[in-house]
Amino acid sequence: MKAYAAILSARFRTLLQYRAAALAGLACQVFFGLVRVAIYGAFYALSSGPQPMCFAEVVTYIWLGQGLLRMIPMSVDGEVRAMIQSGSVAYELTRPLDLYGLWFTRSVAGLSAPVLLRCLPLFLFAGIFMGMQPPSSWEAALACAAATCCGLLLSAAMVTLLTITLLWTVAGDGITRLALITVWTFSGIVMPLPLFPEWLQPVLKILPFRGLMDTPFRLYLGHIPPGEALPFFLHQLAWTLALVALGRWLLSRGMRRLVVQGG
Amino acid sequence: MPQIVVEGLGKQYRVAERKAGTLGALGGLFRRNYCMVDALKGVSFNIERGEVVGYIGPNGAGKSTTVKVLAGILVPDAGRCEVNGRVPWRERIEHVRRIGVVFGQRTQLWWDLPVIESFELLRDIYRVEEAAYRKTLDELVTRLNLGAILDTPVRQLSLGQRMRCDLAASLLHAPELLFLDEPTIGLDAVAKLAVRDFLRELNHAHGVTVLLTTHDMDDIEALCSRVMVIGEGRILSDGTLDGLRAQVSSERRLIVDLERENGSFEQDGVTVERREGHRVFLRFDPRKVPAAELIGRIASRHAVRDLFVENLPIEEIIRRLYERIPA
Repeated sequence: MKAYAAILSARFRTLLQYRAAALAGLACQVFFGLVRVAIYGAFYALSSGPQPMCFAEVVTYIWLGQGLLRMIPMSVDGEVRAMIQSGSVAYELTRPLDLYGLWFTRSVAGLSAPVLLRCLPLFLFAGIFMGMQPPSSWEAALACAAATCCGLLLSAAMVTLLTITLLWTVAGDGITRLALITVWTFSGIVMPLPLFPEWLQPVLKILPFRGLMDTPFRLYLGHIPPGEALPFFLHQLAWTLALVALGRWLLSRGMRRLVVQGG
Repeated sequence: MPQIVVEGLGKQYRVAERKAGTLGALGGLFRRNYCMVDALKGVSFNIERGEVVGYIGPNGAGKSTTVKVLAGILVPDAGRCEVNGRVPWRERIEHVRRIGVVFGQRTQLWWDLPVIESFELLRDIYRVEEAAYRKTLDELVTRLNLGAILDTPVRQLSLGQRMRCDLAASLLHAPELLFLDEPTIGLDAVAKLAVRDFLRELNHAHGVTVLLTTHDMDDIEALCSRVMVIGEGRILSDGTLDGLRAQVSSERRLIVDLERENGSFEQDGVTVERREGHRVFLRFDPRKVPAAELIGRIASRHAVRDLFVENLPIEEIIRRLYERIPA
């Protein structure tokens, strides 16, 4: 465990080296948050019928999404991709660690480090100036935190799965784009999932992606009462376990065909 | 029992082939042709504990593939391989705990972090006890002269500094076996000497077994009691450096500095390699003409300012050996 914790903390320290990048990322997330709030503001101002969420909830949902944006699986793990392309991945295999565990840890670190650096200042800004609401209750806040942690594991399982496909594709650009579109659409980051049409809701409920963003956000808003959260946690964890199992199987197949070329 | 046992190791790579040009690229979309390339064709050798073995061969001969199989990274297609009584790729995690690996062209250090943080990370990954870690680190810092660069981020190190750090990184968990894949590549003369001195001491002080691939014959001369030559996936020669010399050519070189530039050397068993002003490079076979006799003869017939005998440079030996490899 100590080894994995050390890898996690190394990734944090690496990110802290790039202060300018962190600030630029923060500015970018604030900007797109403002744009999205403006768009939904226009929609809500012109709509007459009742909506599944009130505007204040949508604003809060958007800012939560901006704060945790980097936690969704948008790409393969950058460090592992660089290693696979340069051949340094050979060193990964000379470590006395389970390779899936190692890559999963790298994914958790890669996803959580930027979020932890950016979400607090962003939430402060959005709470003070942008009308982001506090959690609906203490229980809701706790449930949201727990669901966010489960979402992180789910996200890491997805990133690790994408990373493992690099053993076949090496570049990983195509799969990254596919993943990006899918995740953006179905996690709630583009449009809060309650605003999707009624007939699509059962599909959204089954897909794993709502566990990344929508579940924790609706717990935060109180849409899902904390007392009814259990099935949502189970949904997140079941998908996580399934993706881990799939990833492990794929990795064991990939290792057999692994070729590390050159010098 | 030898520390490393390799028997009949075989490994094939599948390489996609396509015809050159746009049409070829389009064709590749529909049908791919693959050809199998034999990287290893039945490689066998044993290495005893405490040996320093040089593993040489032309580019693409199978050196790195062998090292990667021994390090548990690649799974071979044929043959048997045991290191410390373990099959590397089957018991990878237990196996790699006891070996150190350096790939000279790559770094195992975390690019953005100061060197010392990479070391601490490796300490945690290999679960090295703090006391043992401190002791090993102190020794490595002294021997490799790392004191001044421990707090520098790896990306700011020179290649020589980086290589010294990489060597240290591979030894923090006190492995009994070290695989070095071109550890001196790209280094300047001073850095090469530092690496060689360090490896020699390491072998003497701790009895660490070293398998070293290199293109630098000075590495071999300075370090290796034994040389294995691989070509086209087969071991061509395995033995001492002197044995290798004898196998290829027993010739030696006599370098004579003359008082005057002229002077002929038309004698049996001697060929003039080249002349540089007053200096003449002769080649002879000591089995036909003993060196003492030849020197006596030359000294009696020419005004000699200085002369010395040397072995054929190892590069020359290797070049001749490589030329024998059927392409």
